[in-house]
Amino acid sequence: MSTLRIQKLNVSVDGTMILKDVDLVVNGGETHAIMGPNGTGKSTLASAVMGHPKYTIESGAILLDDLDVTHLPVDERSRAGIFLAMQNPVEVPGVTNFDFVKTAVQARMSADKKLRIGKFILEFEAAAAKLKMGSGLAHRYLNEGFSGGEKKRNEILQMQMLKPKIAFLDEIDSGLDVDALRIVGEAVTAMKSPDLGMVLITHYERLLDYIIPDFVHIMIKGRIVKTGGRELIRKIDSEGYDWLKTELGIDDFDERKKPAALGTCATKVFTK
Amino acid sequence: MAEAKNPTAESVVGEYKYGFSTEAKTVYATTRGLTADTVRDISRIKGEPAWMTEIRLKAYDAFLKKPNSSWGPDLSGIDFSDIVYFIKSSEKVEKDWSEVPASIKDTFAKLGIPEAEQKYLAGVTTQFESEAVYHSTIQELQDAGVIFLDTDSALREYPEIFRKYFGKAVPFTDNKYAALNTAVWSGGSFIYFPKNVKIDKPLQSYFRINTEKMGQFERTLIVVEEGSSLNYVEGCTAPIYSSDSLHAAVVEIFVMDHAYCRYSTVQNWSTNIINLVTKRAVVDSYGHMEWIDGNIGSGLNMKYPSCILKGDHAKGTTISIAFAGKGQYQDTGAKMIHLGKNTTSTIISKSIAAKGGKVNYRGLVSQGPRAFDARSKVECDTIILDAQSSSDTVPTNIVKNFRGQIEHEATVSKVSDAELFYLMSRGLSEAQATEMIVMGFIEPFARELPMEYAVELNQLIKLEMTGSIG
Repeated sequence: MSTLRIQKLNVSVDGTMILKDVDLVVNGGETHAIMGPNGTGKSTLASAVMGHPKYTIESGAILLDDLDVTHLPVDERSRAGIFLAMQNPVEVPGVTNFDFVKTAVQARMSADKKLRIGKFILEFEAAAAKLKMGSGLAHRYLNEGFSGGEKKRNEILQMQMLKPKIAFLDEIDSGLDVDALRIVGEAVTAMKSPDLGMVLITHYERLLDYIIPDFVHIMIKGRIVKTGGRELIRKIDSEGYDWLKTELGIDDFDERKKPAALGTCATKVFTK
Repeated sequence: MAEAKNPTAESVVGEYKYGFSTEAKTVYATTRGLTADTVRDISRIKGEPAWMTEIRLKAYDAFLKKPNSSWGPDLSGIDFSDIVYFIKSSEKVEKDWSEVPASIKDTFAKLGIPEAEQKYLAGVTTQFESEAVYHSTIQELQDAGVIFLDTDSALREYPEIFRKYFGKAVPFTDNKYAALNTAVWSGGSFIYFPKNVKIDKPLQSYFRINTEKMGQFERTLIVVEEGSSLNYVEGCTAPIYSSDSLHAAVVEIFVMDHAYCRYSTVQNWSTNIINLVTKRAVVDSYGHMEWIDGNIGSGLNMKYPSCILKGDHAKGTTISIAFAGKGQYQDTGAKMIHLGKNTTSTIISKSIAAKGGKVNYRGLVSQGPRAFDARSKVECDTIILDAQSSSDTVPTNIVKNFRGQIEHEATVSKVSDAELFYLMSRGLSEAQATEMIVMGFIEPFARELPMEYAVELNQLIKLEMTGSIG
């Protein structure tokens, strides 16, 4: 069982501070949800933990067990066991999904070990079938021409194959229709184990009907302002984030609308 | 235009996988430099008919008179007096593998050629030094009446066909290096497909130059008669030399009515070689010519496979890649000359520059006054891997009638941060990620090659890219 510790993390983008003193501990076997209005820094947190060069860590630390990954290159973080399912996976023409995943799996094996290709193929195909990705997936080019839903499912497939210790799922629900949401939700739930700690980033509650979190954190303006259990989801579902404004005395609250109950992705947007 | 710099052997040794040289017994070689007597000598040693000697001499004359072309890089630095123009390594053309000299077999073994041959070759002409030393033709080709010979033998055995087509697509008056080639040509492949012969299996030829200060002037002549279909693959890797070597080949192809020809090659001369190739196909009505042209070797390489779309509805395709690494200057592209009505052409060019290399796309699409409703599509994409490397795109598009259509798309990019982040977030190192993106970039070319060539190409490019990151 691994533990990710984010300690007093301050992150800027192009000189603007986005994350302020973020603390978060994720243990293997736990599922955390980070919710909050748009543009409050949820995705920044995920990208900063993965090491995206656009995000500058001004202070604080990110520790995976005993390893300080705060300033490690992206690939070393990945090989150490951190994974990020991205909101907008890039398309890489000419590179097949299969070759890519195989190379990635090999990259995290020790040099003296060889990938057992037969076992790998079976595992890849089983994962693709579970995600209902169709048999041609292996030979399609990485994300090229994939629908939004296919791209998201492909992220989950990679996560399954790479077996990370800590995974951030950044708005894995956006772009998914109701059926795809259920498939992804079931696949992710099936991956729950003491060996995997997960952080779901979402501003819609619907995803959390399928993947039940143990902890819910609310992020507003770059800070985690409240942490609780599942009851927070219900409260946000019915009341939005406005009550937090009163409770916490935040003045310039950005989002005036109640967030969508189902989300643009799942069905349609509701406004108050 | 910047002058091409050829690196010293020391600077490339160690990066070049096939950088070995096997000792081969040289039977005859001319002295360095070129005179009319050298030209006569070459023709005499080969026992050529008088008309060929005469063409050689006229071509030599044209070579002396012609200036270097203004198309492409500056070639004024070539010292023609320091080149050996003819070497004969084996007295006769071999038909049986068992008769091939052991040292030559050894070289081929290092390149893995014998196995390759057995796998799916329909016939092989393997050129070693200036002449073919090995040549075999399988029954299928013979039964179909196909002629597949080294060019020297073809001149002896099929003088009528030879004379009818030799120099008709690329006359020696075309350019300085076509003139030079015509004057001193030696070796190359000759393929004649009679009417209605369709063979899907690729015919292949491997060749290699193996003597320092040796020029390589092959002459390839291919005729695909009406309704026939040929898929020809030419491959080469070359060893390292300690000084410059000039390679000026000519490839002439005739694609008759409703015929199809695909000519695939991956050029990988060592980086001290100046490679100047004139490749041209004349395509008749409803004929289709495809050039699959890979350029990863040579210090300076100029190659613009051309199609003259003479007949109505003739079609031309060029799919090419060029890789310029340290000390390399690739100036490549394609030419499509539309003469007939409803002719169509497609050019897809992929270029990569790394470690200070320079790679240019230079192309010409010309639609003549009678080429009504001609359509052309040009797509050239370039990846520049570092700040030391560079690229230019130099297209020339001419439409001389009011019903022609040319589409031109060009992109120049570097490997994007978003792509790198994505691949690295899965555990690939920056070098691995870059390599994978570049491999994906050239995939539209690689997939056109026979599997074995595609694998070799990928390995060679990976090898060339080693150390280009960080």
